[in-house]
Amino acid sequence: MADTTNGKYANPDVLVTTEWVSAHLNDPDLRIIESNEDRLLYFSGHIKNAIHIDWATDLNDQIKRDYINKEQFEKLMSRFGITPETTLIFYGDKNNWWACYAFWVFQLFGHKNAKVMNGGRLKWQKEGREFTKEIPEFKPSDYKAQERYEREIRAMRDDVMIHIFNKRALIDVRSLEEYTGQRLHMPDYPNEGALRGGHIPGAKNVPWSTAVNAEDGTFKSAEELYDIYGRKLSLKLQDDIVTYCRIGERSSHTWFVLTYLLGYQKVRNYDGSWTEWGNLVNAPIEK
Amino acid sequence: MSKFPDKLQKVVDELSGITDENEKMEYLIGFAERFKEVPAEIEQKPYPPDVRVPFCESGASVFTRMNDDGTLKFYFSIDNPQGISAQAMATIFEETLEGLKPEEIVKIPVDVVYDIFGSSLSMGKNLGLTGILLMMQRDAKKYIEEKSEVRD
Repeated sequence: MADTTNGKYANPDVLVTTEWVSAHLNDPDLRIIESNEDRLLYFSGHIKNAIHIDWATDLNDQIKRDYINKEQFEKLMSRFGITPETTLIFYGDKNNWWACYAFWVFQLFGHKNAKVMNGGRLKWQKEGREFTKEIPEFKPSDYKAQERYEREIRAMRDDVMIHIFNKRALIDVRSLEEYTGQRLHMPDYPNEGALRGGHIPGAKNVPWSTAVNAEDGTFKSAEELYDIYGRKLSLKLQDDIVTYCRIGERSSHTWFVLTYLLGYQKVRNYDGSWTEWGNLVNAPIEK
Repeated sequence: MSKFPDKLQKVVDELSGITDENEKMEYLIGFAERFKEVPAEIEQKPYPPDVRVPFCESGASVFTRMNDDGTLKFYFSIDNPQGISAQAMATIFEETLEGLKPEEIVKIPVDVVYDIFGSSLSMGKNLGLTGILLMMQRDAKKYIEEKSEVRD
């Protein structure tokens, strides 16, 4: 299958470099957003003027397993003085895995003016760039969001059942041990409540980290990414694709790569992921 | 009677008295900044596998030694330099539990992690941090068993 990337990312503008961020630290038209696995990390030092969005307390509903609603999102954005025109720059630890997760949640509310700092915290740190503990304050805004619109980028369990029936593309981005059912959780991570091991029938295994350069956390080149997803998985740009992992965070990284860097047109993230599927009574599983 | 040993209880009480979330984070960062890796005279890499805390996302290891007076001293290693919560937790344990007897260590309720970090901690993080205390308690139990074998 021919490489359709022509050596370029499909949407190169979705990425900014650490140099670019360094030159825009005081730009009032943008907000730099740090999102990490460890919520203490931001408070130990962050990029100047960066705000902190915690995936567990800011983006998740605190009662049911779901994301915040329109009103909660508006309140969150208004707190940081963000308007729909504000350019948001996401970055974080773990090679931007949590940054991509936050980016994905923001897309549920249609904030299109969003980018990711290529390389995240790791690259910023390795380049010896400055961190500060100063928490920035912004004049609150009155953000108006669209209703949460998720059909195009979020898959629910019933969608996945139909997806399997129609034999459409599924990518399991967990480790090989999780995919094969040898483990119920990734190495060194706790088992967050899955009763069964294995994968959703028909899913192909491409661990999320395959898409990044381990030494500096940047995304691999368009050619390398195409080789992984286009050539080896034989995915076509029009294919209907669902990604999943354990709770939908690692798979949002792959969702980002497929959608923005490779230009796949219909990619949904199944955030119920294995912690839902591995507990569903009578759900089909392969090992 | 307090739920935790005195020094640990003091940390829990101080944290519960801080209402501002940013101040709470700063208080915990203070512990993380004082984190000291296990000294080379106690243990050197590669560490034996049985000191590694299972399920800790930050790669924590626990090293327990008995002082001459029968009390315990804990040392820690954290692989991930960005594992700030694990560093904070380890330092809190190191600073507040040193000098306690094994019998006191095994009685510490494991929900101390919840009391320190709050309900917003993810399930995974909670289990990993709790694992640090469970490893300390496992070591303490070994010392208790050794003592009883000597008596037998």
